[in-house]
Amino acid sequence: SGGENRLVSLPLSRIRVIMKSSPEVSSINQDALFLTAKATELFVQYLATYSYKHGRGKEKNALTYSDLSHTAEECETFQFLADILPKKILASKYLKMLEKEKRDGEVGEDNEEDEEEEDEDEAVDEDVGS
Amino acid sequence: MGNRIEGLGEVQVDNVDSSSHVSEAGRFILPDGVNISKEARSAISRAASVFVLYATSCANNFAMKGKRKTLNAGDVLSAMEEMEFQRFVAPLKESLEVYRREQKGKKEARKDKDKKADSEEQDKSREEENDDDDERMEEEEQNDEEEVDN
Repeated sequence: SGGENRLVSLPLSRIRVIMKSSPEVSSINQDALFLTAKATELFVQYLATYSYKHGRGKEKNALTYSDLSHTAEECETFQFLADILPKKILASKYLKMLEKEKRDGEVGEDNEEDEEEEDEDEAVDEDVGS
Repeated sequence: MGNRIEGLGEVQVDNVDSSSHVSEAGRFILPDGVNISKEARSAISRAASVFVLYATSCANNFAMKGKRKTLNAGDVLSAMEEMEFQRFVAPLKESLEVYRREQKGKKEARKDKDKKADSEEQDKSREEENDDDDERMEEEEQNDEEEVDN
């Protein structure tokens, strides 16, 4: 039947496709399918309202990606989303980070070379001594 | 008024007093007129898919513990508690009641309709069945699964 007054707003067929993509699952009873769809609807509402409430988007009467990403990082309940909602940084910042890491790496290498030289000097002294 | 979330369809947004974020029905809603960016919609859609997978995997663990191959309602409810979404359990149970009543009503309505179709001329009954095919196909699939469980 149509969209009027439906018990759940997400399409069961779509939810079922996602559930079936899970390899260990053999079959799904009709009630379980309905409950999963309904739970997903509640989840979406919860995620959206939580993110809106705790985010900065509301300063402009909006819910933004950043609000969602922030929720995934800060709130334990939503931490399972952290990988798919990564924080975003400016490309310029990222490049600077890369450069810094590279510089830090090079300083470390110099120290190692100094140590090796010292060892060689000591070896030479001993030979001369005997 | 609804909000379209890509890949998932309409998610109802209730009209309500914006000081709290809970509608009269106890659902979480966004205040009226809040703009959800395109990027945010796409992210919500992905988050929902991940949720379904996580919930399914969790529910399946409960089914396996019970040595069953078919996920049932109890498994999904147990999964919600496991995932720390206990707040969903009560509203889910309520919705399930309504859903079961609806399904039962549909089943009985179909039985009556089938009886009626049998008693009419063959041509006429074929016409009716074709009209309902689309609606009934999914239901028949669903019923097949139910029968397997029983």
